[in-house]
Amino acid sequence: MKPSPFEISRPGTLDAAREALRDEAHGTKVISGGQSLGPMLNLRLARPSRLVDVTGLPGLAEIRKTETHVEIGAAVTHARIEDGEVPDPIPGMLRHVAAGIAYRAVRNRGTIGGSLCHADPAADWVTAMIALDAVLVVRGGGGAREIPMSGFMLGAYRTAMKDDEILTTVRIPRYSDQARWGYYKICRKVGEFADAIAAFVADPERRTCRVVFGSTSGAPFVSTELARQIATTGAAVPLDAVKSVLRDSGLNLSEVKIHQLAIAHSRAVTEALSDA
Amino acid sequence: MTTGIGARIERKEDRRLLTGQAKFVGDIKLPRQWEAAFVRSPVAHGRICAIRKPDGLSGWVFTAADLSDVRPIRAESSLPSYNASDQYPLAKDKVRFVGECVAICIAPTRAEAEDLAEAVEIEIDPLPPVIDALKAREPGAPLLHEEWGNNLFLTTFFDGDIETLRKTAPVVIEREYSTARQAMNPMEGKGTLAYWDEKAGQLVVYTSTQVPHLIRTGISELLGIDQGQVRVIAPDVGGGFGYKCVLQPEELSVSWVARKTGRPIRWTEDRREHLVAGANTRQHHYKLTAFADERGRLLGLDAEITVDVGAYSVWPFTACLEAAQAGGNLPGPYDFGTYRCRTFSVATNKPAFTPYRGVARPGVCFAMELTIDAIARAVGREPSEVRKENLVAAGKMPFTNVTKKFYDSGDYPASVVQAEEHIGLAGFRARQGKAREEGRYLGIGFSTFTEQSAHGTKVFAAWGLPLVPGYEQAMVKITPSGSVEVRSGNHSFGQGLETTLAQVASEWLTVDVSRISVTMGDTGVTPYSTGAYASRGMVMAGGAVSKAAEVLAGRVKAHAAHLLQCKPEDIRLSDGKAWFGEAHVGFEDIARAWYLRPDQLPDDVETAGLEVTEGYKPDIDTGVFTYATHAAIVEVDPDTGETAIEDYYIFEDCGRRVNPLILEGQAYGGATQGIGTALFEEALYDANGQPLTSTLADYILPGPAELPHFRLGHTETLSPYTRHGIKGVGEGAAIAPAGAIVNAINDALSPFAVEINAIPATPEKVLGEILRARAAREAAE
Ligand SMILES: Cc1cc2nc3c(=O)[nH]c(=O)nc-3n(C[C@H](O)[C@H](O)[C@H](O)COP(=O)(O)OP(=O)(O)OC[C@H]3O[C@@H](n4cnc5c(N)ncnc54)[C@H](O)[C@@H]3O)c2cc1C
Repeated sequence: MKPSPFEISRPGTLDAAREALRDEAHGTKVISGGQSLGPMLNLRLARPSRLVDVTGLPGLAEIRKTETHVEIGAAVTHARIEDGEVPDPIPGMLRHVAAGIAYRAVRNRGTIGGSLCHADPAADWVTAMIALDAVLVVRGGGGAREIPMSGFMLGAYRTAMKDDEILTTVRIPRYSDQARWGYYKICRKVGEFADAIAAFVADPERRTCRVVFGSTSGAPFVSTELARQIATTGAAVPLDAVKSVLRDSGLNLSEVKIHQLAIAHSRAVTEALSDA
Repeated sequence: MTTGIGARIERKEDRRLLTGQAKFVGDIKLPRQWEAAFVRSPVAHGRICAIRKPDGLSGWVFTAADLSDVRPIRAESSLPSYNASDQYPLAKDKVRFVGECVAICIAPTRAEAEDLAEAVEIEIDPLPPVIDALKAREPGAPLLHEEWGNNLFLTTFFDGDIETLRKTAPVVIEREYSTARQAMNPMEGKGTLAYWDEKAGQLVVYTSTQVPHLIRTGISELLGIDQGQVRVIAPDVGGGFGYKCVLQPEELSVSWVARKTGRPIRWTEDRREHLVAGANTRQHHYKLTAFADERGRLLGLDAEITVDVGAYSVWPFTACLEAAQAGGNLPGPYDFGTYRCRTFSVATNKPAFTPYRGVARPGVCFAMELTIDAIARAVGREPSEVRKENLVAAGKMPFTNVTKKFYDSGDYPASVVQAEEHIGLAGFRARQGKAREEGRYLGIGFSTFTEQSAHGTKVFAAWGLPLVPGYEQAMVKITPSGSVEVRSGNHSFGQGLETTLAQVASEWLTVDVSRISVTMGDTGVTPYSTGAYASRGMVMAGGAVSKAAEVLAGRVKAHAAHLLQCKPEDIRLSDGKAWFGEAHVGFEDIARAWYLRPDQLPDDVETAGLEVTEGYKPDIDTGVFTYATHAAIVEVDPDTGETAIEDYYIFEDCGRRVNPLILEGQAYGGATQGIGTALFEEALYDANGQPLTSTLADYILPGPAELPHFRLGHTETLSPYTRHGIKGVGEGAAIAPAGAIVNAINDALSPFAVEINAIPATPEKVLGEILRARAAREAAE
């Protein structure tokens, strides 16, 4: 399992990186931590002739806190988030999600930006960032633009980004002290991709409540209906009702998958509301 | 402290293995060496129409047409009804599984060899694949080997008067069980490096194998080279488990290319090749009917066993070892009178079946142990009570069972009693009831088995093998400085044989193991051995080393008697010295006298010297039986289908423990693999025979976080038939976990009216059954 031949460059400026990407649009790909792209290269499922390593770009490894947001550079690793280097937009949630990704060796290299751009349906950040209503800042030939997480992932391994665009920053709104969250993942073993993920974030002060299901084989599924019910009643929705929402979601899910997602959801909500 | 038999000492090889100093095939680098990559079949079944080598590079690519002087791997068997298969090292005419080697490409690096492999075009006319072994048995199924007229490597039959029982037995239990196909996943995959040694006039083959002497025979016969011109060296081997006990097609291709090109050629299997072309074991299907009395006393068993053995019959163990063992071992440790069993070894478009740690018994133990629990539930008794009553009673030992297995010694029911006590059966039912009130589902399960180890010549001959292991030889020598060298043709690929063989020598010679070196695996310097498999290493190689060391100890005493001016029988060996009363000479003095100053020895000195090769065979030829009971407590989450193992206890009797520390390691490792079988591992295929589990993201192995803290107990019933009373232990712990764990799962799920009868018991499977049962209940209401 050796990749087909490729060259790799590590540009020091965004302009140089964009130049390299434009250079040979078909055969060039961004590489960040290499934890998803690496295996794809080795299996020869991806065969770019050039790789542009973005981990050395200015700002991509930086973390900032503003009045309203926490901004995480795309090349910040899961491990740095796990270790608490990122200020909390909502207490504890980022650290919890990061710690549940793969195992430490993968987290040491894998990055939040790489994970989002890879857009694996079973990955954690895509679901968590939709739940947190994050916005992605990307830079392409036409300058910078912002893509809200809710419209970012189009399907399995498909995003709203163009081939020559680079994700630079993940911008997460800061939640109030009243905010509650729950995140539950069902997987075969420690470090494995999830069979079912449920995320729940509610902030009465910001008047938001979000219910997201991950690992549904496509983009995460957002249920405004369940969110509305929970927000109005202040209580979890009975399992059978959650299951019918999933059944009516238009997603092609087996009964086992529906049950797992519904259970993950109940546990996430219970966890969020229990310390209320 | 003595370092002889029974000493709990650390392994001599661990320093090397744990600090990256070991030397595997992948670590060897020879001048002018090139790397090989294989072009493998992308389809499960098809006729090869054309293979086109890339322009200008045809000298670096070789196909069956190039290897036309190589004979196919063909394992004959003397069993009636057996069909042999021809497996060419590179597929000829037909391909029969995804991953079958079609061409070998060589280049300076592996990446370049893979580039080359990609450029080879193969045109295959697809044929309908045979994926399901049960369907493959039916008339009209597509045929893998057309000349047979069916897909059956072998059918076997044990007859017994089942029809009478069917009319009279008070309790009749019918079940179907299935076990998944698995890949063995040693940490180091296969690997071979071959070169022609001009000076020795030999093809030298470094290969990751358990059986170097057999591979030498195989390469010599199929490549048509005299054995004297082949030297096989198994360097450090990173796990075998049976995967490396057969002649591998890749070993033949690499050897041929090395000889042809005059270049050292190396191939190392990668994980994807392993998961695709090495998914070759464990897949069984059982249809069982058990007959019992009102108390659950087993009266008889009617079985039909189908083994999905894949496309070819491996050499030397054949495609039939599995089913032959399954049919013979299904009754296991149980004492009952009537048995009927038919076995089918079915050819399918999957990799060729290879015996894996436990060979057949993980399957039969799973089927038998679930049946015992099903009987217990049917008669409303505690399963472990029913189990104890059905096991061969200690007073009946030695015991010949319904399939004529000769159980040499042991107290099987006592092992259950031990397991009950240590796992806490007495208090468990109350705890279980209380937990259920809280919505938590705990279950307890037991599993007992016998492990036939170190099978002798008659057993292998009865399985019809083309090649029968016989005596084992070993050489033991005192060096001129008084240290000890042991040579054995057996091999250690993780079992610690380097330490335990040294301990056996130390037992006789009293020299500390740090001064005993053990050389194995090199056919150029070790006595012939058929190798390490079937839990025979310690019994056989240990026995041979013991005999040689005993003879050598006698010679040491004779020499020492000269030096100490006494009679040999007055000499006592202790602490690496020869003693006559308080006077003593060290081994270094004795060795020095013999090798360097023979003038000090009398004229009539025994000239055989301080080097002894001896052969060994146990007193019986039918193998010795280790046995054990495993017990598990699990908690099943009925909402997710997840199983957590709360506690796991193993009580084992493997005769004399040469090194208790190593034995525990073997138990942990084996049980871990058994947990993989029970809950995680499954090589899946789609309807076209395409493997769906070709990376470790899809083929799930248990990791440290999924394992319980194993607890172990031992007793030592010495075998009356082997040196030091040793029995084999390498395979045992892999056999029982599926039985214990799934029995525990079924116990936990009893309120849901759910029974799991297929492994792995994945969350998806368990949850699926719970949801199905619930839907059925609701539909009925
Ligand atoms: C054994 C294992 C287990 C894992 N388990 C989990 C898990 O449980 N949960 C989970 O969420 N993930 C898991 N992962 C995936 C892991 O989180 C990866 O780190 C992540 O998916 C990719 O991040 P990366 O930085 O390594 O990206 P890379 O592999 O370098 O890139 C991934 C893709 O994103 C593109 N890309 C990367 N950065 C940018 C950028 N800044 N702009 C534009 N495009 C970019 C690349 O071109 C490529 O297509 C696992 C991985 C492994 C190997």
